[in-house]
Amino acid sequence: MPAGKEGHLGDVILRVEDLHKRYGKDEVLKGVSLELRRGETKVIIGPSGTGKSTLLRCINQLSVPDKGRVWLEGVEITHARTNINHIRAQVGFVFQDFNLFSHLTALHNVSLGLIRVRKMAKGAALERAREELARVGLAEKACSYPAELSGGQKQRVSIARALAMDPKLILFDEPTSALDPELIGEVLEVMIQLACGGMTMIVVSHEMGFARAVADKIIFMEGGGILEEGTPTELFTCPRCERTGQFLRKITELYGETDGA
Amino acid sequence: MSAPEILWQNVRPLFDALPVTLAVLGLLLVVGLTLGAVLAFAQTYGRRLLRHFCVGYEQLFRGIPPLLVLVIYWGILQSYGTPRILVAALALGMRSAAYQSQIFRGAIQAVPPGQMMAARSLGMSRIQAIRSVILPQAFRLAIPPWSNEYSSVVKDTAFICVIGGLIDLTRQAFMKLAPLSMLRPIGTQLILPYLIILGLFYLALTYGGNGLLALLERRLRIPGFEMKGKVER
Repeated sequence: MPAGKEGHLGDVILRVEDLHKRYGKDEVLKGVSLELRRGETKVIIGPSGTGKSTLLRCINQLSVPDKGRVWLEGVEITHARTNINHIRAQVGFVFQDFNLFSHLTALHNVSLGLIRVRKMAKGAALERAREELARVGLAEKACSYPAELSGGQKQRVSIARALAMDPKLILFDEPTSALDPELIGEVLEVMIQLACGGMTMIVVSHEMGFARAVADKIIFMEGGGILEEGTPTELFTCPRCERTGQFLRKITELYGETDGA
Repeated sequence: MSAPEILWQNVRPLFDALPVTLAVLGLLLVVGLTLGAVLAFAQTYGRRLLRHFCVGYEQLFRGIPPLLVLVIYWGILQSYGTPRILVAALALGMRSAAYQSQIFRGAIQAVPPGQMMAARSLGMSRIQAIRSVILPQAFRLAIPPWSNEYSSVVKDTAFICVIGGLIDLTRQAFMKLAPLSMLRPIGTQLILPYLIILGLFYLALTYGGNGLLALLERRLRIPGFEMKGKVER
């Protein structure tokens, strides 16, 4: 367990129960359940095509699950009556390919949600956006457009964009997979800071260094379900499933053990 | 009278007819732009029935010659006392809307889906996302193909000469042809140069309009965007 995080977990903030999702003939999620406590960081690993990204999208309903329910702080997100925009404003989402608004500067990317969704006054929103950019180390890039930024910078802006909304949790969908190796570190550094600062997050990632450093739990997914969940130590030293150990050895070989920080 | 004098005498009325062409052009662009944008959004984001209606509209208006559309509209609307300029603008504008809707639809669909996803993930409603994220990007993408449609409708305005009593550039010029051909031999020799001058009026309109559009495109260019993937040699 990472130092300083033990015993700091709060009540259950997110509950996912028996999620099913099918794309055409393909059943991507075959009944996934999990719980997340306030301040907890869970890292989801698993081979590609096992529904990791779909799971994250089903949590904030960017994809609508065929079956199953999701609660955020006791409010059922999956209920038809729930205002999904209101829920999404409280759940940050960081995409693999950033999805920064390409016609807006970094500053306006971060402030847009504050102005449009939080109805914040423009001046206050811009000030807040500046703070968030400074927090991810990009204060001087406020006026740059996404096309003028490196991949690592783009991803940090997109993290700032999520942070500005004061999210109750952030979902990271392979945040470093589209980055050059030497740019991964700067993004992981920001994420480690967040995790240590008590942010609640689910991270789909194969960065094992990051997982070992900050994950409270690692979830191993395969074939549309959760095969195993445990602390990094448990999974690395004595995984319950042979398959988990096999997979962990393989990606450790591939990605190495650098913690990126 | 010398040939240049005769020519000038006949060209000057063209300037008097220019406002009619410009008015029809301006109005038809407003109609086409507004209706075209509505159709494009309805077709992209609307429900099935609405989408089918849009497709039907586009097929209908893209399938009939502009001259015929004008005559039909004139036939229907003149009995209601609709001003001629409005009839012309409506007929050509509704026709242009069909073309423009496809331009806008293409532009909307060219905005990567991740942009909508990111906007919605922040808690924006679909309308908000369209307004603040999709529209500004689609607008930029639509300018080059839209300039194509602009050039096309400038010349479509020449068809309004079929509406009696509406004296636009083409109508005015054609009215001068008969008297000109009476002035033998000099007049008949001037007919071709005269028509070329008429052509220059239309050329000036397309050239000027496209110049403004190119300016707009440059003004709205997103920094860094145009350099991506550019092969420099």
